[in-house]
Amino acid sequence: MSTNQIAKLALRGEYALPARARRLLLAFLHRFGLPLALIALWQLLSGAGFISPALLPSPLYVAETVVYLLDSGDLWRHVSASGQRVIQGYLLAALLAVALGIAIGIFHSLDRFVDLLIQILKPVPPIAWIPLAILWFGIDEGAKIFIIALGAFFPILVSTVDAIRQTDKRYVELARALELPRRLFILKIMLPGALPQVMSGLRLGLALAWMCVVAAELIAASSGIGFLIMDGRAVSQADLVLAGMLALGVLGKITDDALRYLERRLIRWRSQFNGLGAA
Amino acid sequence: MTATLLAGRPAAADAGAATAPTLRVKELSKSYAGADGAAVHALEHITLDFPAGSVTSIVGASGCGKSTLLKIIAGLEQGDAGEVALGEERLAGARLNRGIVFQDHRLLPWMTVEQNVELALHRVEPAARRAIVDEKLELVGLRAFRTAYPHQLSGGMAQRVAIARALAHRPSVLLLDEPFGALDAMTRLQLQDELLRIRQSERITTILVTHDIEEALYLGDRIAVLTNRPGRLAALLDVDLPRPRGRGDPAFAAMRLSLYERFFHVEK
Ligand SMILES: Nc1ncnc2c1ncn2[C@@H]1O[C@H](COP(=O)(O)OP(=O)(O)OP(=O)(O)O)[C@@H](O)[C@H]1O
Ligand SMILES: [Mg+2]
Repeated sequence: MSTNQIAKLALRGEYALPARARRLLLAFLHRFGLPLALIALWQLLSGAGFISPALLPSPLYVAETVVYLLDSGDLWRHVSASGQRVIQGYLLAALLAVALGIAIGIFHSLDRFVDLLIQILKPVPPIAWIPLAILWFGIDEGAKIFIIALGAFFPILVSTVDAIRQTDKRYVELARALELPRRLFILKIMLPGALPQVMSGLRLGLALAWMCVVAAELIAASSGIGFLIMDGRAVSQADLVLAGMLALGVLGKITDDALRYLERRLIRWRSQFNGLGAA
Repeated sequence: MTATLLAGRPAAADAGAATAPTLRVKELSKSYAGADGAAVHALEHITLDFPAGSVTSIVGASGCGKSTLLKIIAGLEQGDAGEVALGEERLAGARLNRGIVFQDHRLLPWMTVEQNVELALHRVEPAARRAIVDEKLELVGLRAFRTAYPHQLSGGMAQRVAIARALAHRPSVLLLDEPFGALDAMTRLQLQDELLRIRQSERITTILVTHDIEEALYLGDRIAVLTNRPGRLAALLDVDLPRPRGRGDPAFAAMRLSLYERFFHVEK
């Protein structure tokens, strides 16, 4: 039977998909149905002329722009510019914040010493640092990496300190009963126990890093996704803006997935709750 | 004598157990600051000897200070007055020579069964650890689960791993705080027998806190009864029933009933 024939039969209700195929189709719809339906609605409304293309171009038009940007290599250039900034700024922040967070979590006197400074710096939005960053580093990479690192630093730091502090008292008692030396206590009990929450902090920090790269590029850059978006606005091409936004969404999801994969590899011992109805 | 009884075990360990000193608790008192600021007298003037190799069950109502007594013996808490001594050595602070099994199994969830047991062996040179871990897991019948994580174990299995960990460093005293309290009746009976078997092979001074009178009778050479607030020693009874004990034996049943009547105000 050709696909066409099957489709005709199915429309008349005379052909039922095999059970396995039906399950797959349902699973597919469950996962992708919502975004696909929204895009379809958007396309329909655009096609029918309810949405002005100048304000919100149709999905097909945006797709064409994306293909064009891919073809010309522009998209890749912007993505790799932003990606490199994020990687550098984020790694810098992650290393510093995890190391400092562990130290603060372990040594009470260090906590007292730096706490006030951290409390005051933490609420200042990274964007507010942009003018200073430009003064200090020029409009080069340095300024952007600084802003990204700053944005990712505090969420990672705070969750690392919290994670260390939440070491179960019962395990502290156990460690005393076993006469565990301090080094082993930190290595075998404190750090592994803190890992899940440190990983959440790292994921939060990564999301912040992507936000900050765009903020920094919106203001001063000649490449990067933020620049692409700003450029789209300057030339009144909403499709460029949407293409940039789409790229950000996809990149954010891919990098978060990578961290989640790492998390699962590192924390195999946990039996996690995945929400009601999850497998 | 022990060497012939326990053929196949290293002689040094038996010699150690045979000469193990008596654990003495002398005039021990401990109070906590209660919620309203008034002192809660958890323990008052407890004096109790634990001869080497004996099993002593400690019973008493909830909140009477059983766990507190055990923790002070373990060195995890300090008494306000009095002392705990092992032979001539006055005990201060937690040491590996007293293995403790907590009310919860307290296994580290990120470590496998064998890693959990190995944690108690940090003083042993690494090359020798594996053999000891094997031996202890064999003892509690869990060698097949050496690479399992705690969340893959049943409650009874987890408690057995905790016992293996407490025994790993060859302590001279084993402290058990209601180790089977959270288990179902069937598993509890099974683990009680297992504990007897373990004690038989390890010959270790054992203190078992429980609020199950039958468990105290079944396992203990002696039963120490504590009163409620302040926790005083109400009685120290020898359980002179022959082993293996049958829970249905008339002598066993009679002793259980008299314990209930004397200390727990239960009518016939
Ligand atoms: N850390 C603490 N701070 C204040 N009071 C405490 C503390 N630990 C125990 N207590 C009090 O001391 C008393 C004895 O407590 P303990 O835990 O030794 O009782 P228990 O006999 O083990 O009870 P259970 O059978 O319920 O485990 C209780 O009244 C309790 O309120
Ligand atoms: Mg208790």
